[in-house]
Amino acid sequence: MSERVAVRKTYKLFIGGKFPRSESGRSYLVQDSNVSLASRKDARDAVVAARAAVKGWAGATAYNRGQILYRVAEMLEGRREQFVALGVPADEVDAAIDRWVWYAGWADKLAQVYGGANPVAGPYFNLSAPEPTGVVAVVAPEAPALLGLVSVIAPAIVTGNTVVVAASPAAPLAAVTLAEVLATSDLPGGVVNILTGKITETAPTLAAHMDVNAVDLTGVTDAELAVELEVKAAENLKRVLRPAPADHDWRSDPGLARMTTLLETKTVWHPKGV
Amino acid sequence: MFEYAPAPESRSVVDIRPSYGLFVDGTFVDPSDGGSFKSVNPASEEVLAEIAEAGGEDVDRAVRAARTAYEKVWGPMPGRDRAKYLFRIARIVQERSRELAVLESLDNGKPIRESRDVDLPLVAAHFFYYAGWADKLEHAGFGANPRPLGVAAQVIPWNFPLLMLAWKIAPALAAGNTVVLKPAETTPLTALLFAEICQQADLPAGVVNIVTGAGDTGRALVEHPGVDKVAFTGSTEVGRAIARAVAGTRKKLTLELGGKAANIVFDDAPVDQAVEGIVNGIFFNQGHVCCAGSRLLVQESVADEVLESLKRRMARLRVGDPLDKNTDVGAINSAEQLARIRELSEVGAAEGAQRWSPPCELPDRGFWFAPTIFTGVTQAHRIAREEIFGPVLSVLTFRTPAEAVEKANNTPYGLSAGIWTDKGSRILWTADRLRAGVVWANTFNKFDPTSPFGGYKESGYGREGGRHGLEGYLNV
Repeated sequence: MSERVAVRKTYKLFIGGKFPRSESGRSYLVQDSNVSLASRKDARDAVVAARAAVKGWAGATAYNRGQILYRVAEMLEGRREQFVALGVPADEVDAAIDRWVWYAGWADKLAQVYGGANPVAGPYFNLSAPEPTGVVAVVAPEAPALLGLVSVIAPAIVTGNTVVVAASPAAPLAAVTLAEVLATSDLPGGVVNILTGKITETAPTLAAHMDVNAVDLTGVTDAELAVELEVKAAENLKRVLRPAPADHDWRSDPGLARMTTLLETKTVWHPKGV
Repeated sequence: MFEYAPAPESRSVVDIRPSYGLFVDGTFVDPSDGGSFKSVNPASEEVLAEIAEAGGEDVDRAVRAARTAYEKVWGPMPGRDRAKYLFRIARIVQERSRELAVLESLDNGKPIRESRDVDLPLVAAHFFYYAGWADKLEHAGFGANPRPLGVAAQVIPWNFPLLMLAWKIAPALAAGNTVVLKPAETTPLTALLFAEICQQADLPAGVVNIVTGAGDTGRALVEHPGVDKVAFTGSTEVGRAIARAVAGTRKKLTLELGGKAANIVFDDAPVDQAVEGIVNGIFFNQGHVCCAGSRLLVQESVADEVLESLKRRMARLRVGDPLDKNTDVGAINSAEQLARIRELSEVGAAEGAQRWSPPCELPDRGFWFAPTIFTGVTQAHRIAREEIFGPVLSVLTFRTPAEAVEKANNTPYGLSAGIWTDKGSRILWTADRLRAGVVWANTFNKFDPTSPFGGYKESGYGREGGRHGLEGYLNV
């Protein structure tokens, strides 16, 4: 009897909840798999998908977003062996799942911690509350493949932003597998969009895009590219998270800054009277 | 118009020196290359004083003084002692408030009623508020041990000279930073008087440095490699240039830039209150307000009634001598700004909008612009898109709440917005959808040190005021 022939997986982009190939028809080889090499056009398409998803996702209740993120953690847990098979250390998968659960719980708490009533000197109701900034372009860290990726996506979307992520060129398989998790977790299409390929190709387009509200340059290791991207981001005054230091410990307490940098504070006044 | 006898505030309370040096390391010094410029009273074009212009070397000297003060004195000082210095400053501002108010009106052109009743009380309150934070930073919600950044470079505009100084210096010092601040070139005088107040408070030398000058001085300060933080309030164009300049550096950046706020009047709004709010929204401080309600969006069914009432009210505005206590609208801050307001107003008329101003006698000398409204404005008109920064209101109409929100958000800016309606649920529905950092419902242009202020989109990032205002000056 002959051995069963395995059914191989095709690794594609994740845009608007679907898995298209690059419109450029290009791919590159990673761990014996062909991975889509995203083009500038793919990056622009991803921004369109992310923008279309903002209204529904930012408008969802915080409880709803929290449940959906928790559902992602459930799905991650179920797929842990797949990530291990791709070479992600088991303890990193655990840390990534735990990190996702940690962020899921922030959905309906951050507004209380980061906003609140302001005791103004006059007869006014005055309340500050955080709101998502909108579409965030993210350059994911090169490593760790899964924990790094989760650590940049979860804080951006938990508050209602949508993201276009340029995945680590060296570790795209974990990114596409995470996309499969997201696609089966009730996360609305377009909230997370993942581009595989070259950072030098997609990131400049995203940083210069006038319908992107913020850039997270965490994964940019080339100092010159980081400056170029930050300069491009200045054109419409995108909020900027600068590159992480090379020795950043991804297992340390992430704090709130990843979430709060991607938030706007809105303050509403109203007179009191009869 | 009712006849009023002039009620001028006395100038004798201020003593303007013929010339001012730079305030570096606790003393006034001459600039290294001896450059200078003049500050004039925009209401009379009278020269008020000769002001030193700081060059690159002077900026460097100021930054080094700030660094030394940070490392040797201010950084190691316990928060409770920093607090006491800030409380002292708040008190001295209160004690010398009339002097500061008169000087502000002389240098800026704003009515004494506003500098006396709005600017100065807010300046003192701002220092008082942040003073109390200096020894409570670990409870501010930024983690157990938030640290200051170091030396803050701060560049401020001419529309609220001393208030913007307070917004910048108070949180920076409370958080433990030292500062080099550049006031606007047309309004340096209250900042220089503030330097004297720092001396009077025995604030350690180098903690606050004031370098006067124009754009080149600001650029040298922002680009100086020795600064850890840049805070800027001003135009979006300059803000963009600063964001580019700090790219790739360690400098933390906060920007408070332009605006084109929508002031939305629904059909159930009490007309008289709304009209007061519209007038306050656009004619307060001659419209030199980044959060001014410069686009009036009025529901079509009440547009005629609101406009008729607005015009009647505008005819009662007193334009003239800023030091007259009856004055509602003072002088335009500079010839340059007046030219910009005139140019955009001419474009407004040329593009087809209808221009109206009340009959209004303007003084012969000085820079003046009558309160003006444009009706029949469309979203494509430049006067509906660009910040005029003057007493010019563009009026647009809408039919449904959804259309109002759509039009309100149709701008690259997102600093502020106004909502006028008697229906609470409509206020909250609208406020949720407006992409703006400050939303005033049934009020406008209200400010408080405890209330975070700052914009969405191209109006900048970061917040000033409140607990949020500390974040830009801490390593969090």
